[in-house]
Amino acid sequence: MDFYLTALLQGLCFSGIALGIYISMKIFNIPDITTDGSYTFGATVTAVLLTHHFPAFIILPIVIAAGALAGSVTGIIHTKLNINPLLAGILVMTALFSVNLTLMGRSNIPLLNVSSIFSLINISGDPNHNTFWILLFFVVIVTLIIGYLLKTDFGIAMRATGNSESMVRALGVNTDRMKIIGLALANALTATSGYLMTQFQGFADINMGIGIVIVGLGSVIIAESLINWFKITSVWLSLVLVLSGAVIFQIVLAVTLSIGVDANLLKLVTAAFVLLIVSLPRLSFKSSA
Amino acid sequence: MIDLKSIHKTFNKGKANQVDAIRGVNLSIAEKEFLVIVGSNGSGKTTLLNLIAGAILPSSGTVYIDGNDVTKLPDYKRSEWIARVFQNPLSGTAPDLSILDNFRLAAIRTKAKGLSIGINDPFKKSVKEKIAMLGMGLENKIEQPMGTLSGGQRQALTLLMSIMDSCKVLLLDEPTAALDPRSADVVMRTADKLTTEFGLTTILITHNLKEAFTYGNRIIQMAEGKIIKDLNKQDKASLKQNDIFDWFG
Repeated sequence: MDFYLTALLQGLCFSGIALGIYISMKIFNIPDITTDGSYTFGATVTAVLLTHHFPAFIILPIVIAAGALAGSVTGIIHTKLNINPLLAGILVMTALFSVNLTLMGRSNIPLLNVSSIFSLINISGDPNHNTFWILLFFVVIVTLIIGYLLKTDFGIAMRATGNSESMVRALGVNTDRMKIIGLALANALTATSGYLMTQFQGFADINMGIGIVIVGLGSVIIAESLINWFKITSVWLSLVLVLSGAVIFQIVLAVTLSIGVDANLLKLVTAAFVLLIVSLPRLSFKSSA
Repeated sequence: MIDLKSIHKTFNKGKANQVDAIRGVNLSIAEKEFLVIVGSNGSGKTTLLNLIAGAILPSSGTVYIDGNDVTKLPDYKRSEWIARVFQNPLSGTAPDLSILDNFRLAAIRTKAKGLSIGINDPFKKSVKEKIAMLGMGLENKIEQPMGTLSGGQRQALTLLMSIMDSCKVLLLDEPTAALDPRSADVVMRTADKLTTEFGLTTILITHNLKEAFTYGNRIIQMAEGKIIKDLNKQDKASLKQNDIFDWFG
């Protein structure tokens, strides 16, 4: 049971990445690989500042700013230098590896005997339950903010930017600026995931971000399948499905491990699982057509 | 309203595939004028429209809109005066957004897109009333994604969206090229009605010579980046439809 609870908690930690990828991938139509770097960046900043005894609630805005900075660099490279967004993301991700390593000073920072948000706040006696409530509170707040944002005039302009660029420009929106803001927002959310995960697992590692973008993609794709299935148009419901996607994804991985699949094969299983979700709707379409 | 002074536009300058799209165009368009531009493919019509809209900037020359020098302003800043309908119905609307969201964006074309929720009941009501003007029965579908509508419906809605916010210039780039004759007729009559009702300065590019004959109060023909014919209201009124056909003979 604890096994699945941990999967659930991890899923909640990854909700930031899921929402971030939802914004970059679904709203802006930009496959943003910066994610791998900005997740570790968030984790690095958190670990370094925690070991310097900064309180966790002061670290959060710094992490958000760090993620936003990484995202806006990708955005600026993409829009101002006219470089393919995929390449722009890879460039920033690669550069961030060195930045992270320099900040950390070594490849791994354990967080023993430092207070984290999970030890600061005490809601329940059981540490796992305590963590769950804190994460849930966190996720609800973030979802409310993003959901509200997407409903505002600014949010509509944001959603239209990835949908019909010629139209939004004709309607007076600076699409370059909009994309930079969007990528900053997406990577700020991703960095927040790094912030939560580091404190949850109790360490930051230079390699923790490798392939993490697939976690976000998997969550968004699971959500998308459900959205298309039930023909959902509500912004709120879409966001909730993206969050559930993050949790479902982790639970599937937990199941895979529990039935005895070698942990070394985990990334392969992850890739295969994402492929399965992506291809399922197409395969079933073919047979019905 | 719009003044173009010795506009030149060259693409790929200095390369083997250099194209002189516009070669010294001087054009003055008065307020409330409905200008029709005809010309064969590659004559520079769309380039001229894009230069006015700001989607591309001229190689040399000056563009004035409403007395302001806008030569260096990008398209999203010229939206203060200009609303556009594109040749492709998909370009003028966002397919995954609801009709309502599309109209909301159009309603704040000249304003900042802020962090407040602008869609409320009075706004919905005013959108419904506007859409009802079309008589297409779309007023009860405003929550539907734009992408579920036909090209003709989307083009008609794009036209309506242009007058959601203050608008002085309406640019129509072959708005009916992708439409069936009936939808084309609805779109053109709506454009004509809006131009008169809201006192717009309208520029229409068309390959449909019947449209060119029926609508507008001034017509110009372009060829090889230059204006080769310019007929004012009286001359256009005395024109016969076959005369325009003969221009392309």
